[in-house]
Amino acid sequence: MPNVRVIPCLDVDKGRVVKGVNFVSLRDAGDPVELAEFYDQSGADELVFLDITASSDAREIMAEVVLATAQKVFIPFTVGGGIRSNDDARLMLRSGADKVSINSAAIANPKLVSDIAFEFGSQCVVVAIDAKMAGESSYEVYTHGGRVATGIDVTEWALQAQSLGAGEILLTSMDRDGTRDGFDVSLTSLVADALSIPVIASGGVGKISHFVEGAVSGHADALLAASVFHFGEITVRAVKDELLRSGVSVRPYGC
Amino acid sequence: MIVVTDYGIGNLGSAQKALVRIGADAELVDQPVDLSGVTGIIMPGVGSFGACVTALHSSGLGSMVMKAVDLEIPLLGICVGMQLLYKGSEESPEVPGLGLIDGWVRRLEGAPKVPNMAWNQVEYVNKGEKSFLFESLPNDPWFYFVHSYAPDITDDTVAKCNYGSGFSAAVSSKNIFGTQFHPEKSSGTGLKLLSNFFEYCERKASV
Repeated sequence: MPNVRVIPCLDVDKGRVVKGVNFVSLRDAGDPVELAEFYDQSGADELVFLDITASSDAREIMAEVVLATAQKVFIPFTVGGGIRSNDDARLMLRSGADKVSINSAAIANPKLVSDIAFEFGSQCVVVAIDAKMAGESSYEVYTHGGRVATGIDVTEWALQAQSLGAGEILLTSMDRDGTRDGFDVSLTSLVADALSIPVIASGGVGKISHFVEGAVSGHADALLAASVFHFGEITVRAVKDELLRSGVSVRPYGC
Repeated sequence: MIVVTDYGIGNLGSAQKALVRIGADAELVDQPVDLSGVTGIIMPGVGSFGACVTALHSSGLGSMVMKAVDLEIPLLGICVGMQLLYKGSEESPEVPGLGLIDGWVRRLEGAPKVPNMAWNQVEYVNKGEKSFLFESLPNDPWFYFVHSYAPDITDDTVAKCNYGSGFSAAVSSKNIFGTQFHPEKSSGTGLKLLSNFFEYCERKASV
């Protein structure tokens, strides 16, 4: 099994981190750059910024965050939210992001995946998929933050994204997101086993053992979580120690 | 000054930002520059081998790199930038590489997932002593990789990695160096490697 990555996700609104982060070591808990630096130091393998800004100048604000982050953070980071064109992708990549994540825009226009992959390379194209259980081991893709059902089967879309040139899949379980009940390992393993590109599991982490489940039972290549890290309940180091104890190969803390 | 070649594909600015972070005077250049004040060159690369070769040459940066090699200015290729140093790649067999290092670049074989998008440990291949690139780093250090192709292990390999099968993770031949991993994305370990390269360039320029 390849080495698993542990990825904190930061939700950013108008250039500020949302979801009540409060570490004693941070001067400004709402500053995405400072938080990203903190996670780099804490042993995170990668970071994801999810831009949830609704205003029309969202792209410019996010590009500034990316530019400032790239000067201080030296682990890979992905920017998602509102990327609808090659121009949007170019702005983020030229500002210093390593990858862009596309979700609803890719469903609306699958060619966007191949267009971005063609211009910038597959390694920087993450296709984010929000999926919800639709029946016995069957999952449906949702868009627009989980509000719109598409009728598309998750594995079918993930395979299509792979053949269009996606470098990896960020797979969120709508059923588990926010529940703290753990990753949906049935969904994760279904998609991870069907693909030849890496799958990042997302949605539902509440305790350390959930990370182990995501890797061992979910066959995830990477494990993403937000609130458990931000609230300081679980450290990246503790996650890695537990993964290693459970026989999951990861870059140990301090390496 | 270290120049970082920017031939317009992807995020090539990270290496320059990392160099600035370690205190180096580093500039991103998208066209050939006068080499008189240049102490070292970093050639990053992402995307396909063929697209990188084409962009490198059409920007004129390819000939600048070749000229720098003639002048014995240290050169560090990163990721596809390392692959460009070789004779060619299975990814784009019709497009020759720079041919500065003997050997070929091949698709990763035997791995469950390609691309290899993960932190992996590398093992030093010492020729008498370990490469200066890894000075002050522990044995078997961890670096971040994103690639589907990799160079063969050859006599010039100074660190190897295993992902499905073995490949060359770092290479050194005269003043030409390469890393298949991304030091600029490998946190403190990667910054140390870049710092070692920068110091080598400084020492070389002052001789």
